[in-house]
Amino acid sequence: MSPLLILEQVLNGLQLGVMLFLMAAGLTLVLGIMNLVNLSHGSLYMVGAFIAATVTRATGSFVLGLLVALPATALVGIVVERVALRRLYARDHLDQVLATFGLILFFNEAVTMIWGPRPLYMDGPSWLSGAVEIIPGVPYPAFRLAIIAVGLTVAMLLYLLVTRTRLGMLIRAGASNREMVAALGVDINRLYTLVFGLGVMLAALGGVMAGPIYAVEVGMGEVILIQTFVVVVIGGIGSVRGALVGAILVGLVDTLGRAFLPGLLTLFLGPATAASLSASLASMAIYILMAAILVWRPRGLFPAHG
Amino acid sequence: MKSRLIALGMAGALLATPAGAAEPVKIGMITTLSGGGSALGIDIRDGFALAISQEGGSLGGVPVELVAEDDGRKPEKATEIANRMIKRDKIGIMTGIVWSNLAIAVVPKVTAKGVFYISPNAGPSKLAGAGCGTNYFNVAWQNDNLHEAMGQYVTEKGYKNVYIMAPNYPAGKDALKGFKRFYKGDLAGETYTKLGQTDYAAEIAALRAAKPDAVFFFLPGGMGISFLKQYAQAGLTGKIPVFGPAFSFDQTILAAVGDAALGVINSSQWNKDIDNPANAAFVADFQKAYGRLPSLYASQGYDAARLIGSALKAVGGDISNADGFRAALKKADFASVRGKFSFGPNNHPIQDIYVRQVVKEGDTLTNKIIATAFTDRADAYAAECKM
Repeated sequence: MSPLLILEQVLNGLQLGVMLFLMAAGLTLVLGIMNLVNLSHGSLYMVGAFIAATVTRATGSFVLGLLVALPATALVGIVVERVALRRLYARDHLDQVLATFGLILFFNEAVTMIWGPRPLYMDGPSWLSGAVEIIPGVPYPAFRLAIIAVGLTVAMLLYLLVTRTRLGMLIRAGASNREMVAALGVDINRLYTLVFGLGVMLAALGGVMAGPIYAVEVGMGEVILIQTFVVVVIGGIGSVRGALVGAILVGLVDTLGRAFLPGLLTLFLGPATAASLSASLASMAIYILMAAILVWRPRGLFPAHG
Repeated sequence: MKSRLIALGMAGALLATPAGAAEPVKIGMITTLSGGGSALGIDIRDGFALAISQEGGSLGGVPVELVAEDDGRKPEKATEIANRMIKRDKIGIMTGIVWSNLAIAVVPKVTAKGVFYISPNAGPSKLAGAGCGTNYFNVAWQNDNLHEAMGQYVTEKGYKNVYIMAPNYPAGKDALKGFKRFYKGDLAGETYTKLGQTDYAAEIAALRAAKPDAVFFFLPGGMGISFLKQYAQAGLTGKIPVFGPAFSFDQTILAAVGDAALGVINSSQWNKDIDNPANAAFVADFQKAYGRLPSLYASQGYDAARLIGSALKAVGGDISNADGFRAALKKADFASVRGKFSFGPNNHPIQDIYVRQVVKEGDTLTNKIIATAFTDRADAYAAECKM
């Protein structure tokens, strides 16, 4: 177990964390400010990936796919918000879960109807297809480095948005006390639409960045949705800072668990038992982490509500 | 007055039924038609339906009706559909399940009720050995078969330090067990991943650090697509040779992975270039009907339909003659697209297993047979079956 391997796995964990952050930031804002449990967040990630895959295939340009997919998915998100989600703001979380779960089924079927049941082929840009030896002896895929770069840039931009702009002030206020913000005369519907649109774009960006490395298939949103909720709960609902910290934590715990638990357990048990047991433990790791954090901080690491 | 009209109407409807109209035999198909992994179920259904349409709505001369329902890869849903098919629709022949965990949940329950189940895919070891049944037939393979073939081939080719990987579920465990049964070298590593996992960066890094001379993996569907893409991006394609069963390299996956899969060697009981009239007709008709090349799943669905057809012909469509139907199924008197085919004592196939390589034909990525791994291979659990 060389230190270089540990370093590489830490980098992998960071990259997974950054990917989760793109999804979690949008979800935590929607949950914190609009008090809306939106399970269809994962479906919008899938729609973003599919649109980008189609455009990239047709034009041969990944960047064009990205530039088309973001506004196109935002448009889909706005339609969904107007038609379905607007009726749910006043209802309790269980109703929202039921309704948005129905949206998941709807999106899965719609995507199957439009694109067929088969996974789509998507490749990243050719100038990112090589590997960079940022750790000596380890060629790290350039595209994954790009994901880290994009994610950290988004984190920076969101930080600037939330702390330095008027919209950001409204977002922080809304996450803290929604009723007061509405009572102070802010157009809460417009704020909601803007926040939701931002969340959808982040999910779509996540989907487009995921397309070249993961399978672009129907149902791809559900896997990442569960991990995203774990991140949001750990980080604290409504907090973008919590989403970043939570995402990096989850990414690291999951990756390092998968990477080193088998080796660790083999020291105590036989290889076959260790392999199977460590696989089960590694897949439970992030939930054990979530439970541990909730015991220590029941509202998450950085809860927005004062 | 109204009740009299209704009575007259009903009498009229009854009289209008043509005399001697035979009820088509209903075949219940529970398979995955939506969500992740749906491409497999859709191929099975399409292959099965092709056989029916080739005979103009019949199998073995007996009119049939295919009732296909979506299980969404969920065992509870599959069980619920099965119960409904038996109780409400009185279906006596079932087929279709893709996933081994669903098969383990459903098959023993339905065969206990006297239903005949012909598996076009899932062949868990649990149902091949001590758990075998007189009403359960598997027309595809026993789960371990394709992995055993790869273990055999890899050993023959002289690889001595192989890294193996599969998801942590019954078929994944069967896969690695099957590979290890015939592979005689050392293992550089044995890893179980999460079912449905998308990010393999950690596993690929660990793999590279272990410095194996070959990699064997079983990651069906979307998992295989993700892994192959990431393997290529990590610069390992061409450096460490990759082996696997056909499930990781079927037509659907190849189309979605692209050139990252070129040169990979995989094992299969069927390929489109097997030279016999039944296969030639199947591949041509499938392409004409659906506009795409068939995968091995489609060939399995097709053979399941032909097998059922041969048995229906033998009993003249009367499945209440359970012993006759069972004997006819066991005889497997049909022209399989694989060529020779017969059943072992546990109702699992005895067949040849081939080795194929991913090549490019024109613009399309597909597979080509390069060797035969096993001839007349049964399975490792037949002896445990006490039927």
